Amino acid sequence: MKFAVLRFPGSCDEVDALMACRRFGAADLIWHGDRDLGGPDAVVVPGGFSYGDYLRAGAIARFSPAMEAVSEFALAGGPVLGICNGFQVLCEAGLLPGALLPNVSLRFICRQVDVEVANSDTPFTRACAKGDRLSIPVKHTTGRYYAPGAALDELEARGQVVLRYGTGQNPNGSSRDIAGVCNAQKNVMGLMPHPEHAVDRLTGSDDGGRLFASIAAHVEQLVPA
Amino acid sequence: MSTLAPHRELGLTDAEYEGICERLDRDPNSLELAVFSLMWSEHCAYKHSKKLLRRLPTEGPHVVMGPGENAGAVDVGDGLTVAFKVESHNHPSAVEPFQGAATGVGGILRDVFAIGARPIAVLDSLRFGELDSERSRYLFDYAVKGIGHYGNSIGVPTVGGEVQFERPYEQNCLVNAMCVGIARHDRLIRSAATGSGNVLVLFGARTGRDGIGGASVLASAELTEQDAAKRPSVQIGDPFEEKKLLECCLELLAGDVLVALQDLGAAGLSSSSSEMASKGGVGLDIDVSRVPLREADMEPFEIMISESQERMLCVVEPEQLAEMLAVCDRWEVRAAAIGEVTDSGRLRVLDGDELVGDVPVSALVDDCPLYDLDPQAPSEPIYPTPPARLDAGADAATTLKALLASPSVASKRFVFEQYDSVVGSRTVRRPGAADAAVLQLAPDGGRGALAVSIDGNGRRAACDPFTGAVEAVLECARNLACVGAEPLGLTNCLNFGNPEKPHVAWQLTRAADGLREACLALGVPVVGGNVSLYNESGEGPIYPTPIVGMVGKLAYPERAAGSAFAKEGHVVALVGPYSPDLAGSELEKLRGGMATGLPAVDLAAHAAALVALRRAVAGGGLATAHDLSEGGLACALAECCIGGGVGASVDVRALGADVDKALFGEAPGGVLVAGPREAIAGVEGALRLGEVGGERLVIQGVLDLEVRALSDVFEATIPAALA
Repeated sequence: MKFAVLRFPGSCDEVDALMACRRFGAADLIWHGDRDLGGPDAVVVPGGFSYGDYLRAGAIARFSPAMEAVSEFALAGGPVLGICNGFQVLCEAGLLPGALLPNVSLRFICRQVDVEVANSDTPFTRACAKGDRLSIPVKHTTGRYYAPGAALDELEARGQVVLRYGTGQNPNGSSRDIAGVCNAQKNVMGLMPHPEHAVDRLTGSDDGGRLFASIAAHVEQLVPA
Repeated sequence: MSTLAPHRELGLTDAEYEGICERLDRDPNSLELAVFSLMWSEHCAYKHSKKLLRRLPTEGPHVVMGPGENAGAVDVGDGLTVAFKVESHNHPSAVEPFQGAATGVGGILRDVFAIGARPIAVLDSLRFGELDSERSRYLFDYAVKGIGHYGNSIGVPTVGGEVQFERPYEQNCLVNAMCVGIARHDRLIRSAATGSGNVLVLFGARTGRDGIGGASVLASAELTEQDAAKRPSVQIGDPFEEKKLLECCLELLAGDVLVALQDLGAAGLSSSSSEMASKGGVGLDIDVSRVPLREADMEPFEIMISESQERMLCVVEPEQLAEMLAVCDRWEVRAAAIGEVTDSGRLRVLDGDELVGDVPVSALVDDCPLYDLDPQAPSEPIYPTPPARLDAGADAATTLKALLASPSVASKRFVFEQYDSVVGSRTVRRPGAADAAVLQLAPDGGRGALAVSIDGNGRRAACDPFTGAVEAVLECARNLACVGAEPLGLTNCLNFGNPEKPHVAWQLTRAADGLREACLALGVPVVGGNVSLYNESGEGPIYPTPIVGMVGKLAYPERAAGSAFAKEGHVVALVGPYSPDLAGSELEKLRGGMATGLPAVDLAAHAAALVALRRAVAGGGLATAHDLSEGGLACALAECCIGGGVGASVDVRALGADVDKALFGEAPGGVLVAGPREAIAGVEGALRLGEVGGERLVIQGVLDLEVRALSDVFEATIPAALA
């Protein structure tokens, strides 16, 4: 089981994501200019401020050579997890529905929140049960999930809403408390909370590890030992 | 327009100007004068404070780098070194708070990675006027946004800090930022330029006209009404550029490509180059026509003194230059060879073939005249007493709520939630969770954890500068002891008014003495620091504000006690020495008073108590250890209850009949501890007060309040002020 973790100039959480992945498999950093992802079983697009995010969060990163390769990997069915800035990049790249807008408070918010598993039948949540609550930190300025009402209805009907903020804990004004969504094929997921910062109880929680464990279990089932 | 002589307009005295002429044996040209005016400014030369700073203890068993390098550094075992420093960016923040604070963070980060350490934490100490002032709210709001903008974007967690609000900071706010970094011993690099013929490379952002004269115009003079016009002297930060620069520098050091490295801060290329040359005992030739510019038509003097951010200067052997440039290219960092090391001992500035400046390095760096202060204790109070906001006859419940709502005591959640405190996967205790931030060393291959804290109390220092400085050191050490950490080293920032005024000189001298005595008593060396003077406006000087940052080490991060009550049934106790008094307390301020002295501190007793507390926490039995500071015992109890979402019932009669003093008085030394009965029984000298439990804070015979009501008051003040 091997993860590829992208690294853009301006990525901040790529080493955290790398260390989190290594708890569940092998993992390498992939430089944004590389088109070769090194044959991974899963890809993580990490958090941070790719290329400074001076234009619009994630708007430039989607054009990088590494992201071209990630799009191909995703279209071929490979699991791709976008965290925070990675979620923004995947939305900009059209791999995920919807968009991320500035928080209602217009401020950066760093806070431990509970998120509830809304769909456990995805490669990212199969180690969880529906309704499980995971304690994971959020930290972002642009994390308000938005899609038009009809699109939201459709996402919910198809089980593409994977994670929701716990009642009263929506930190950013996201539509319908959505914290994480996946594509229709369920192999690409984005979330604003940072599971890579919740893999060790010493630093707050290990609940986020269940997302990485899910990916590893999914991959290992595809490739029997 | 001013009709002053050019040197006076640049802040140099006539005598200083004559000194420059003597050293050159001629009049300086305009470029040389501009460079001298910066290098001989208070900000760069410490001309009013250097003699005092020499008295601080700087040696210790763990010290790897002391004052004089870009940052101090201490050994934390397992081949790891921790570098740290605090620096002010007060005047830029008072003129333009967002960029001023942001570039304050950017500057201190560069100081740390300039010695080869990866920044792993930022802390900040902030002072503003009272929140009923629109200006104070504006400065506070935007300074916090600026700190968050830079730290969050560059991926370094902001793990701690403190904020206080007092009228004397209204015009002249304080923004002190501290950075902590980590490096393997063999990766550390110094800034001494060596090796005649080696190449000088400037890399990072291009050079523009921003921050021209910042060190002399802004940092070494009092603020005045016309400060809006100084906005062009404030630099603009670009954290993305610095992120690339940081990773690029660390990769260059990992590859052992550099001879010396130095960041560009105040006075830009002038100070960085001359300090590198001075430390190495060499000369440098710099060709300003080779400096990448943001604006094409910059004058040579502007290029030499620009304070454009996100730039570094390094010395490379000629045969390593290609590799150095390749690493820069990979990180998309602009780099240009702009000069070379010579054996002339002179800083020679060329514009192509033309020599436009030529001065001895030693004259710039070492020859600035140092001044003796003329300290005189003030014969009458310097500061007006604050307006009364609370009736002296208010009962204990009303008083406690008023204190919890006072901005300096109230919850700072609004502030610390705007900072990423977790990036890097080291943060074991986040802001608000414990008295000191705790950062595990495992990601760096070390064992155990670091504890870091930053503290100071300007109003108490205004009451008594010596004791105020002592208390800042003690509070920092106590915060470290609350998580079980042994202090390894200290950095400080001395924020004061105009040292040429005798009463400010007296404050500065007394505070430096206090700092020295406390450091000696605790055996903690000063490994670096910063002095910020001329913090005055038309309304007078700021409170004297010595800020202390401390780094310690603990073996078992999981044992670090928190600042909240953890469990019903835990026993609550007080450890000391603790002799609370209303002099200098937050309650005295709310009642409209201002003492002119603080009780003396028995340093030996405090030093022994800190060791005992540290051992008790490190032993693992204590769930809670929270320092008693602003608002005294009652506020500490309330904070422990609010943090844990649980009540407590205590009896404080053993502390004396004067309830005001016992509950709301302040003094160094007091720590509230809680844990299982047997753990508290094992803490030497602990005075049992009661137990954790229920939903109310009950101080028997005095007050009985719902924790939720206390929490509402505590959490509401700051968000409401900025809504």
